[in-house]
Amino acid sequence: MSWNDKLSNSVQSIAPSGIRKFFDIAAQMKDVISLGVGEPDFVTPWTIRESCVYGLERGYTSYTANRGMPELRAEIANHFKKRHNLNYDSDKEILVTVGVSEAMDLAIRAVINPGDEILIPEPCYVSYQACTILAGGVPVAVPAKIENEFRITPEELEPYLTPKTKVLLIGYPNNPTGAIMERDDLLKIADFAEKHDLIVISDEIYGDLTYNGVHECFAALPNMKDRTILLNGFSKAYAMTGWRIGYALGNSDFIGAMTKIHQYTMLCAPITAQMGAIEALRRGEKYMKKMVAEYDRRRKLIYDGFKQMGLDSFEPRGAFYIFPNITSTGFTSEEFAEKLIMAEHVALVPGTAFGKSGTGHVRCSYATSIEKISEALNRIQHFLTKNKNH
Amino acid sequence: MKELLEVLEHNSRISVSELASMFQKSEYEIEKEIERLEREKIILSYGALINWERFGNDTVTAIIEINLTPQREVGFDAIAERIYRFDEVKTVYLMSGNFDLLVIIEGKSLKDVANFVATRLSTIDGITQTRSHFILKPYKKDGIIINDEEKDRRLVVSP
Repeated sequence: MSWNDKLSNSVQSIAPSGIRKFFDIAAQMKDVISLGVGEPDFVTPWTIRESCVYGLERGYTSYTANRGMPELRAEIANHFKKRHNLNYDSDKEILVTVGVSEAMDLAIRAVINPGDEILIPEPCYVSYQACTILAGGVPVAVPAKIENEFRITPEELEPYLTPKTKVLLIGYPNNPTGAIMERDDLLKIADFAEKHDLIVISDEIYGDLTYNGVHECFAALPNMKDRTILLNGFSKAYAMTGWRIGYALGNSDFIGAMTKIHQYTMLCAPITAQMGAIEALRRGEKYMKKMVAEYDRRRKLIYDGFKQMGLDSFEPRGAFYIFPNITSTGFTSEEFAEKLIMAEHVALVPGTAFGKSGTGHVRCSYATSIEKISEALNRIQHFLTKNKNH
Repeated sequence: MKELLEVLEHNSRISVSELASMFQKSEYEIEKEIERLEREKIILSYGALINWERFGNDTVTAIIEINLTPQREVGFDAIAERIYRFDEVKTVYLMSGNFDLLVIIEGKSLKDVANFVATRLSTIDGITQTRSHFILKPYKKDGIIINDEEKDRRLVVSP
């Protein structure tokens, strides 16, 4: 007997992640080079790991305040004051979460009523749609265009507006495209949000990984702080993915509502991870900057590599992904990814895993060593030559 | 170009074409820049960091603290030069604190090194005292952990 029809409608309506298949194939190969990994290849800087060990030795093993340890919230407030001149009240406007993933879920659940619509520029991270559906909302995908380097404009958003549109959810620097939004791009989006009275959820987990310029924080734009739920964390910049630690910043109504859900479902983020996060903010920046410099060199190497192969790609300016267009090969994204891993043992992720507008693209992560990137580029070149007359 | 030096210090075998991509310059420009750095003795040599113990070489390394009487005009430099010209001497630093020179010596055996210190170093005019410390086990050298067990534990594909 199958229990499937006893499952909730919302769970049944979300598709399993499209990445799984490639994971299974790749996991069986020995010499696979993976450009399919969405996390840093660095281990968390030692000073952060050491401070967590020290915390355990001293017996930091209890629950913390629902909102997170006061010291951590103070460090976060301090960081945003220094970096973006933003003033968040560490008692009322900051919530420490179990990664940005939890923060995203909370933010959507806190503001969405059944049937409310969320505008989501695509391609985007895999959880945005799923979280929306699980909260009873309706995700409305707005395709971003490669001609525009996958940035989104009000003109593109406008046709998707309905009276039910309540939230605009943006994630820049972007996974999977590596796109960023510059200040001028964001100012237009800010006007649009204000004009249509939208809540903006801004996922800025890759903010520190911005190259050739500085990251523009959406909440720091004029008049945007109040209507923005700003999400960030430590996973990417500080190589702390497995720690599961992030945070949400916003007005006290939003954060209060999110805290309500958080206290009943999660209670608090793990105390060990919070200890590590405090150290990351106090002394981690120089290690982070070293990693960012290394990503930047790899970014240029891989961008150059694809350019020389003749695979169309714009220069990614953020995160650690490049999103080349592979339609010239005659393959679909899935075919390309599958044939490449079978023939050359290089794993990457088809663009369609990140929404329909990822069609014809593949996501390559350059969070791997220079040697491996070079070898992967050679193998891809070999694959292209062999399949030239496909 | 500090960043180029940092990359080369970590991996001197990296190809010119990779460097050209990474620094968005032509291969010619990178070659010229490296030539200049070599000419100006900013890059001194290209070597490999080798775990000799694992290879099976049983050399002995000793750190020697040396006290000496500085000489008129040349201070410590003349004696330092007499010391660093020896092939056995791998490293020489002038130090602040309780001694003057820190010298690192490699030899085939304990006896070999002791002999060198006794007959060649201690006898140099101006050296008043030497203290030898033999290295038992290296853990980290030039920023590299010798037996690093940390490895890539990530899933092969993740969102």
